[in-house]
Amino acid sequence: MPLFLKLNQLVEKIEAGSLVVLPPDYSYVPMASVFSLIKQSIKGLHIVFAPIGGLAADLLIGSGCVKSVEAGAITLGEFGVAPRFTEAVVSGSIEIKDSTCPAIHTALQAAEKGVPFMPLRGLIGSDVLKNRPDWKIIENPFVDKEDKIVLLPSIKPDIALIHAPLADQYGNIWIGKRRELLTMAHAAETTFVTVERIQNRNLLANEQSAAGTIPEIYIGGIALAETGSWPLALPGYYEEDTISLSEYANVAQTREGFDKWVQIVLKTKFDEI
Amino acid sequence: MKYNQQELLISVIADLLKGSQHVAVGMASPIPGSAALLVREETSRTDKPLRVSMIGGNANNPFTDGGRELFDCAGQGRIDTFFLGGVQIDGNANINLVGTGKYPNMVRRFAGSFGSTYMYLMVPRVIIFRPEHTKRVLVPKVDFISAPGISENGVFRNGGPYALVTQLCVMHFDRKRSRFRLTSVHPHSNIEEIKDNTGFKFDHPDLVPKTVVPNEGRLLLLRKTISKEIAKTYPKFAKDAFKDAT
Repeated sequence: MPLFLKLNQLVEKIEAGSLVVLPPDYSYVPMASVFSLIKQSIKGLHIVFAPIGGLAADLLIGSGCVKSVEAGAITLGEFGVAPRFTEAVVSGSIEIKDSTCPAIHTALQAAEKGVPFMPLRGLIGSDVLKNRPDWKIIENPFVDKEDKIVLLPSIKPDIALIHAPLADQYGNIWIGKRRELLTMAHAAETTFVTVERIQNRNLLANEQSAAGTIPEIYIGGIALAETGSWPLALPGYYEEDTISLSEYANVAQTREGFDKWVQIVLKTKFDEI
Repeated sequence: MKYNQQELLISVIADLLKGSQHVAVGMASPIPGSAALLVREETSRTDKPLRVSMIGGNANNPFTDGGRELFDCAGQGRIDTFFLGGVQIDGNANINLVGTGKYPNMVRRFAGSFGSTYMYLMVPRVIIFRPEHTKRVLVPKVDFISAPGISENGVFRNGGPYALVTQLCVMHFDRKRSRFRLTSVHPHSNIEEIKDNTGFKFDHPDLVPKTVVPNEGRLLLLRKTISKEIAKTYPKFAKDAFKDAT
């Protein structure tokens, strides 16, 4: 059974240098945990996005918490380029492992199954493949004719970090149809979750709620964090804070603007945690 | 009836969707998304209504198996049309979504390849949509190949570049010759302007046809019905794009 902890206790269990998988901005993003990582100055992280990164990536990179990042793309979406990511790649201060969305899904699926690699079509002829010495081309062993295909090594994160609308008292986590979170939890060694609410019920007790639930088998720790995906949306529950997001995209163009924005958020929203 | 630039581009893309059965629309694609929804509406009473699957939001998004389902669907051949953009596009239809300069510490870094590296080889018809028509975008050779326009023999390839739509023209890609061919010029442009602003060589007929502009029926449908539907995924776009719609 997972541990129920306070946010800072949950996040301090993430060791410096861990491989952490995070969801895309359109899913349930654990922003409160991201701010807590920054506040606790947990560094040297290798972060993987399933499959693209946004605000969480930019904040962690800008705060110097990241050693390497693997993603299909990093963008603030309609708020424009991710400024701290862009600066870090151009200056060479982080290692970028450029991937493509289905390659990350596939490598996580390999980890779900506990197999060392999985094949994926496409990719051949791209500079994405050319710059990934860890990806290999083989000939399809099941046909007589020439048929090249790429093998991707599994991605087995130390920790999947997610946010969710609801946990039950047993530590089962409701994610609805955000099933990339399920894949992440299956693939990772353990999953740390922040939730909007904790209820005295059993999500696995009926078919409807069980279908959208990550069972507690995969969950290492849970912390309560109301509006825990702020300033991003929690789809189906609350909207994104467009004012804060545009402000961020604007001020984070400079190092000073970024530092100031982060300091204000940590002080006003995360002071006592 | 007057139309604005966005409405023209939506209509142009809609015309390219003729014969498609299942169009998928990726992230941040309001104009292709509007075109797909428009054609779905126009074909709704025919025996071959267009199926449209949009990611990025809940509206018109049929997927229930997480981010991977779009790609799994494409891998099985269930999607026949998709859209891609490009920071750079070259004459062999190679697409660059990563940045300019020498990889990895590029001069200008953009978001990354997204699903292009896979989708370009898997989806039969990929429409490249990039409004900016300049030599900065349409280059002789891309600095980074996110997704290759053509493949060698022995590489499984179910799809690839079909057409390129910019704010000046439509080109189709001839996969055998690995060259673009100019097919129509938008009303406000001409072939000289297109040649002057394209960094690669392309074929063209002696007399280049003008792009067909949206008729009144289509514009009304767009403004009355499609604007509301696309607003469910792209509220900001819907507010701005049909502003002149009176």
